[in-house]
Amino acid sequence: MRYLPKSQSERREMLDAIGAKSIETLFETIPAKYRLREPLKLPGPLSEMEIIDYFKARAAENSRGYTSFLGAGVYQHVRSVVTDALVQRGEFLTSYTPYQAEISQGTLQGIFEFQTLMSQLTGQEVANASMYDGSTALTESVLMAERITRRHRVLVAKTVHPEYREVLKTYAKHLGLHVEEFGFTASGQVDLSALRTEALNEAAAVVVQSPNFFGVLEKLGPIAEAAHAAGALLIDCVSEPLSLGIVRPPQEADIVALEAQSFGVPPSYGGPFVGVIATREKFVRQMPGRLAGEALDAEGRRGFCLTLATREQHIRREKATSNICTNEALYALVVTIHLCLLGKEGLRELAAQNLSKTRFAQEELRKIPGVALPFSGATFNEFTVEFPRPADEMNQKLLAEKIIGPLALGKYYPEHSKRALVCVTEVTPRAEIERLAASLRKILAAN
Amino acid sequence: MNEKHTHREPDGAERIKKAGRHVSQSEGLIFEKSVSGKRGIELPPLDVPAVDPAKTLGAEFVRDRVEGFPEVSEIEVIRHFTRLSTWNYAIDLGMYPLGSCTMKYNPRVNEFVARLEGLATEHPLQPDAVSQGCLRIIHDLQKCLLEVTGMDAASLEPVAGAQGELTGLLLIRAYLESKGGARKKILIPDSAHGTNPASVVIAGYEVQNIKSNERGQIDIAHFREFVTDEVAALMITNPSTLGVYEENIAEIAEILHSRGALLYMDGANMNALAGITRPGDFGVDVMHLNLHKTFSTPHGGGGPGAGPVMIKKILEPFLPVPVVAEANGRYALDFHRPQSIGRVRAYCGNFGVLLRALAYTLAYGPGIREATEDAVLNANYIRRHLEDFFDLPYNLPSMHEVVFSDARQKKHGVNTMDIAKRLIDYGFHPYTTAFPLIVPGALMIEPTESESREECDLFIDAMRSIAAEAQANPELVKTAPHSTRVGRLDEVAAARKPVLRWQPKQNLDAQKHLGPHEKTLVVPTA
Repeated sequence: MRYLPKSQSERREMLDAIGAKSIETLFETIPAKYRLREPLKLPGPLSEMEIIDYFKARAAENSRGYTSFLGAGVYQHVRSVVTDALVQRGEFLTSYTPYQAEISQGTLQGIFEFQTLMSQLTGQEVANASMYDGSTALTESVLMAERITRRHRVLVAKTVHPEYREVLKTYAKHLGLHVEEFGFTASGQVDLSALRTEALNEAAAVVVQSPNFFGVLEKLGPIAEAAHAAGALLIDCVSEPLSLGIVRPPQEADIVALEAQSFGVPPSYGGPFVGVIATREKFVRQMPGRLAGEALDAEGRRGFCLTLATREQHIRREKATSNICTNEALYALVVTIHLCLLGKEGLRELAAQNLSKTRFAQEELRKIPGVALPFSGATFNEFTVEFPRPADEMNQKLLAEKIIGPLALGKYYPEHSKRALVCVTEVTPRAEIERLAASLRKILAAN
Repeated sequence: MNEKHTHREPDGAERIKKAGRHVSQSEGLIFEKSVSGKRGIELPPLDVPAVDPAKTLGAEFVRDRVEGFPEVSEIEVIRHFTRLSTWNYAIDLGMYPLGSCTMKYNPRVNEFVARLEGLATEHPLQPDAVSQGCLRIIHDLQKCLLEVTGMDAASLEPVAGAQGELTGLLLIRAYLESKGGARKKILIPDSAHGTNPASVVIAGYEVQNIKSNERGQIDIAHFREFVTDEVAALMITNPSTLGVYEENIAEIAEILHSRGALLYMDGANMNALAGITRPGDFGVDVMHLNLHKTFSTPHGGGGPGAGPVMIKKILEPFLPVPVVAEANGRYALDFHRPQSIGRVRAYCGNFGVLLRALAYTLAYGPGIREATEDAVLNANYIRRHLEDFFDLPYNLPSMHEVVFSDARQKKHGVNTMDIAKRLIDYGFHPYTTAFPLIVPGALMIEPTESESREECDLFIDAMRSIAAEAQANPELVKTAPHSTRVGRLDEVAAARKPVLRWQPKQNLDAQKHLGPHEKTLVVPTA
C-alpha cells in the first residue's frame, strides 16, 4: 500500500524487536469473538488514477454547464490561484492546532492577522480565530449572550437565514433557552413594533441579519436602541460579508456572527466554511473558540500564542460553556490571504461591482410582465422577486434551459411560495442575466 | 551553530542524526508592509453600468473604505505567507507524535479531487437533479463508514468530532424521550476526551465521572452500581486516552442495555480498530468518527474536520435533517423526518472533508486493516525502546498510542513539557502533554502508521538522548527549545493583557493610553 512506508521485512524486524510472534498478538486484548475474520467489504484499493476517475465521474453528474442564481449564504466569487497555492503548502495544510507556539508561529501569526481583518471589517474590537460556519457561529453567539446577560429568552427575526435558525433551535432546546421569532414588514426589514420594551422583557438578545435572508439591509440603529433599552444585546448575523466592503459595519451590534465563505472559500456543496464571532473587548472572556494573542519571549522577541484558553473545554470540562474544539483554521487562512490580495481598494471595488450587477439584474427582471420586487428596502447582491406562479414551477422550467434559478422561498416560508431569492455577483456575466430575464419572459408568456 | 544547539551524548559523541536549526526569515505583520495604492488582485472589468453606492444604498448605509486593510502586491503576499509557513512544523516535515490527535500523512490526491471543477464549485441549495455526484459521494462514504464501524445508519452532517458528540447525545436523548423519559445523567470515565463532558452539558445532561481502576479499565463490579434508572448512557473513549482497549466493553454494553441505557463510543481513536474490530459488533449504540484523524483529511492548523455520527437502527428516526436517501440509483436529500433532532449545521456538513475521506478509503479498501496494524506496531515498537528510559504508569498492552509519565525526569526537575519542548530541538513536534488527566505529567505518544522504521528510530534516539540530558544537564532541557525563531513565550502576561489584533494608526491615536497595543507597532522581530 503506497501510503504505508514499511516493507514486510521491516515489519518482521520490528515485531522481533518487540518480542511479538505476529501482528495478531498485538491485538490480543480485543476478545477473539469480536475480531474480524473476513476482510471488510469496501471498494478498492484504487490507484491514484482510478480515484481521480471516480471523482471526475461524480463531478460530471453535477451542475456543470448550468448558470446559477443561488446565494442564500453561499456565494460564488472570484478566487485567486495564489490562495490555493499557498494553503497547499504542507506547513499550513498538514500542521495541527498551534498548541506548541514555538513551532507554530506561521499559523498563529496568520490567525492574528485574520482576527485583525475580521475586526476591521465588522467594526468590532475583537474577533476569534474562526468557528465551524455561520450557522454555528450564530448559535454560539446566542449562548454567549445568555452567559453575559444571564437571561434565557432570545428574539430572532424571521429574516435570519432559516437554516441558521434551525441550528439555533437544535442547540437551544435542552439548555433552557427560549427562542422566539418576530416578523418583518413590507420593506422586507424587521418589524420594529414587535420589539417594544415589554416584548423584550428579560431577553438576552435580539438577533437580526444584515443583509437579511431576503437580501435587504437592516437599520441596526433603532433595533440596537430597542434591545439596549431592555437590557438585551444586539446580535447581527452577516452571511454575505462582502457587503461590508461597501456597507457601514454593524458597530451598533454587541456581537457579530459572520460567515466568511465569500472571501476565497469555494462553495464545495456547503462546506467547509468559516464562521467568525466578533464582539466588544469587554465580552472577550465570554467568547467561544480560539484566540491568538501577542506575546514576548524571554529575549523580548514578538511572537504569538493561543490565549485566554481557560474559557475552553479542555480546561473546564463539565463547567465548559462551549464544546468547540476543532475550528476552521485552514479556511481562515484562505480568507486572510484572499483579503490581503484584494486589499483596501480591491475589496471596495469588488463590493461595488456586486452592487452594480445586482441593480442591473433588478432592472432587467422588473421589466418582465408579472414579475414584481416585493420588498422596498435597500439590497446588496441579493433580492427577492415574486412571480405570478409558484417559484418551484418556474425553476423547473429554467432548469430545462440550463439555468439554476433563484432560490424558491416556499421551502422556508410556505406562505411565500411565489417568491424567490435572486443572487448576482461579479462572476455572473451580463449575458446570463439577460438570458435569465428572457427565459422568465418566455415561460410567463407561454401560460 | 551555537554550542547549545548541538546534540551530544553525555560522553560527547554526536549521535543524533535528526537535529538542526529551523530556517526562518524575519517577517512582520502584513499590515506593517502595507503601502497605499497597491493590490494583489485585478478584477475583470464590469460589464454593466456602474452605480453610485452612496446613491443606491443611501447615505445611512454606505461605508467608505475599510480602514486597516493592507495594500500589498501579489509577490509580497506570496513571500509573506511562504515565510510564515516556514515557522510551522507539519506532518510533511516529520513525525507529529501527538497522542489522540492521529497526525497521519495527508495524501495529496485528496486535495486534488477536492478542488475539481464540478465538486468544489457546487452550491448546497442547487436541485438534487444537478447534485447527483455530490449526493452519491456522501452516500458512498456513508456506506464505507458503516462497514468499517459495523453500525446501521449515519449522519455526515456534524463538522467536528465535538459536534458529532453533541449530535450523538441529542440522538440518545430523543430516543429515550420517545421511550418515556430522557433520564438525567451521562457517565464518563476519567480516561475520556476533554470535549466529552462539555458536549454532555450542551445536550442538557449531568456528567457523572467514573474512576478507572489501577489497570486503566472500568471496574465492572463497581460500574453496575452506577447504572441506575437516571443514567441515559455511558460515554466511553475506546481505546481510551491511555491507548488501552477496554476489555469488557461488550459486557459494559450489556449492563447498560439491561437497564435501558445506551453506550456511546467516542471514536476518536478508531485508528487502532479499523479493519480489526467493529464497535457495532461489540454493542455500541452511537459513536462518532473524526474523519480528520482516522481518514487522513488534513488538520490544516486546527481544522476543518468532520465528525460523522454512526448509529444503530433504533436511533435512525431521530437523525438530523437532511438525510441522503437513495432509490434505484437516484439520490435525494430527505427533509421529511418528523422525529428528527433538527439540524446541527446549515446545508450538508463539510462536504469538502467528506470527499477527501472517501478518496482515502478508496485508496485502501479492505487494506485499511494494514494501516491499523502498522499504527499499533509503531506504537509498540516505540514503547519497547523507551520503557527503560521513561516511567510507564499503566503497564497494559498498548494499542496505537502509548502513555509514559515524567516521574523519572521529575527527580531532576524536568517535567513533561520541558521534554516536549526539547523534542523540538531534535526536529520533532512534541507529543501530547495534557492527556490523559489520570496520568500526572503524561507523555502521550501516537506515531500513526505513516512513520517509517527510520523515523521511529530517530524519534527513539531523540527521546533517549533527552532522558540522558535530563540527568546530566537538566537546565538544557528546562530552557528548551533553543533552535526556534522565538523561545517560550510569556503566555501568562499574554493572557493578562490580551493583544488580540493589530491596530491601525488612527485607532491608536484615538486611544488615550496606548497600553499593550503599542508594541504591536514595533516592527523589528526575531
